[in-house]
Amino acid sequence: MNNLVEEEVWDTEITPRNNLFDLKLKDVWHYRDLLSLLVRRDFVSFYKQTILGPIWFFVQPIITIVIYTVVFGNLAGIPVDGLPKPLFYLAGTIVWSYFADCLTKTSSVFRDNAAVMGKVYFPRLIMPLSIVASNIIKFSIQLALFIILMVYFIYTGANVHINSFVFLFPFLIFLIAALGLGLGMLISAVTTKYRDVAFLISFGVPLLMYTTTVIYPLSAAMAKYPKYSWIIKFNPITAIIETFRYGFLGKGSFSWQLLGISTLVTVCILFIGLIVFNKVEKDFVDTV
Amino acid sequence: MTKVIKVEHLSKAYQLGDFGTGTISRDFERFWAKMRGKEDPFLIIGEVNDRTIKGESDVVWSLRDINFDVEQGDAVGIIGRNGAGKSTLLKVLSRVTSPTSGSVKIKGRIASLLEVGTGFHPELTGSENIYLNGAILGMRKAEIKRKFDEIVDFSGVERYIDTPVKRYSSGMYVRLAFAVAAHLESEILIVDEVLAVGDAEFQKKCLGKMSAISKGEGRTILFVSHNMASIQRLCSSCIILNNGSIFSRGEINKSITEYINIQKPDFEAKTVLDENYSLPQIQIQQSHICSMDEFDMSFTLKSKQHRIISSIVLLIYNTSEERIAILDLRKYLGTSIRFNAGAEVKIDISVPSFPLIEGEYLLGLYLKDDVIEKDFTDIIKLKVEPQTGKQYAFHLEYDAAVRGKVNFDFVASKNEIVL
Repeated sequence: MNNLVEEEVWDTEITPRNNLFDLKLKDVWHYRDLLSLLVRRDFVSFYKQTILGPIWFFVQPIITIVIYTVVFGNLAGIPVDGLPKPLFYLAGTIVWSYFADCLTKTSSVFRDNAAVMGKVYFPRLIMPLSIVASNIIKFSIQLALFIILMVYFIYTGANVHINSFVFLFPFLIFLIAALGLGLGMLISAVTTKYRDVAFLISFGVPLLMYTTTVIYPLSAAMAKYPKYSWIIKFNPITAIIETFRYGFLGKGSFSWQLLGISTLVTVCILFIGLIVFNKVEKDFVDTV
Repeated sequence: MTKVIKVEHLSKAYQLGDFGTGTISRDFERFWAKMRGKEDPFLIIGEVNDRTIKGESDVVWSLRDINFDVEQGDAVGIIGRNGAGKSTLLKVLSRVTSPTSGSVKIKGRIASLLEVGTGFHPELTGSENIYLNGAILGMRKAEIKRKFDEIVDFSGVERYIDTPVKRYSSGMYVRLAFAVAAHLESEILIVDEVLAVGDAEFQKKCLGKMSAISKGEGRTILFVSHNMASIQRLCSSCIILNNGSIFSRGEINKSITEYINIQKPDFEAKTVLDENYSLPQIQIQQSHICSMDEFDMSFTLKSKQHRIISSIVLLIYNTSEERIAILDLRKYLGTSIRFNAGAEVKIDISVPSFPLIEGEYLLGLYLKDDVIEKDFTDIIKLKVEPQTGKQYAFHLEYDAAVRGKVNFDFVASKNEIVL
């Protein structure tokens, strides 16, 4: 009699504690259509009821590089590795803003979607993944702007030399996405109960940009502050931006060692982020 | 029959109050206890969840030691007062939150409809939202595409399908949302009080769809509602939750009667109607009222102020608070009964053959005078016993649940035309 009961097969079992390392990737795969629809939703709702539509994706980086060129390039006279200033800033800005967007949006994913997540089950991982994926659309559009600008400068004979390190580009994108995702998930998990860290994000991310080589090259920082420049050097995003600049523009401090450290840090953060996220997702609804 | 849901010792504790600086030290304490393999110190002192009583600790058990099975094709209603744990139970079953202890085992795909229109984006059009909402509920894109026309048809908002849903009326919004959910292909459907919105015609359509799902397609439904009539129509059995535990589980009609009883634990005749009217005396002659037998009652109506009553009607409700019949007393009392201040009027009512089938009923009074016009419900409870068996000596009578609401006095005869 007892044996008969135990033989029953159950598809789902809901228990208080789940395995920390069980990321339910099978579920995520089943819900892949939701992922693509969420990306579409973000993209479409972004320019609904606007006249310029997706052109707005261009406006932000253009205005940013104009201001950077005037303030940091001309007024403050910060060196740019001998590259055309707009190109130098644009390279840093698009990579940085992709990271910052992923981070800030992912870090509030539980709070922003509490209404939906409190009513329906779907693999929670879908939400941060959709954020990273929809930001990649914005990033691609801005990358197109960057390439147009680059072609223009090469055509006018500026000191820009694209080289074979450009093939590292897909890997770099993966690194930024993973870093933004991992860090964001870590913070989102921590802020479901205590919101203190959320305040840190709102003013910390813009400040963090200054420890990254967005508006200055690593070489300039090393020359000026040899003692403290390690903060900048071992910032994992620095290596990504420098490699990006080196591949596309031919200038920048690239080293396999720095990129290696950056990769290692990223993998660790992503791993910790996933696990903490996985732990929190099952009952964050009660505390958020 | 195979079991599709098995709930074992399910409990869920919630922390009350605000989270702030004080809670973090407690979190450390809990963490420390967990590290040493001890039981969570704050769950031991948890209390039964009764929202009306102020408790000692700020941990409450929203669900405590729930056990039940559901078999394939069952339609199970879940009823209970506000805060009895119905929604928490559905949340745990639909995996929105996890239990504190115990387990739930489920066979087959489970879809939950705890709220209509979850994930609708106001800027997107109706058809874009059908896809998005369907995907959130667990449908694949191809599946939605296949059912798209059916969904639009069911919702009845075809004309607006390419308009952003923010321009929809709230009724259209609900129609579209329910239409998506109703076309989910899951083995188990969990529905929380979602029919409270939408007009009567659509509510009927939804109930019809749900009953087609459970009876026609053999899928399992768990349904929470405060509307006893719709629970009764849809469900075959019922779970009553009370303060986070299962109070009883049983056949639907029995459960509903039982539920009404625990809701009004000591049901006394109501003697004060409002600040003016009261019923100093209510009396029913028969000690047992039997179906198809004589029923006599009398009551005294007292008015403090000077009033002229133009209409008195006795109302009869069943336990689902559905109005069954009225006794329009104007016919015998006229349309202007004058009350001087402090006057009392005794009214006698006699029904030679009480036509309602056995069960429990509630009597109410509708009063219209020169100042008020109002229904006073729940005045007295009426328990009607089965017809004293003169016709069916062999216990051939059908069960009360299938006999509708009234008994008929009738005759029929058999004339053999061709044999």
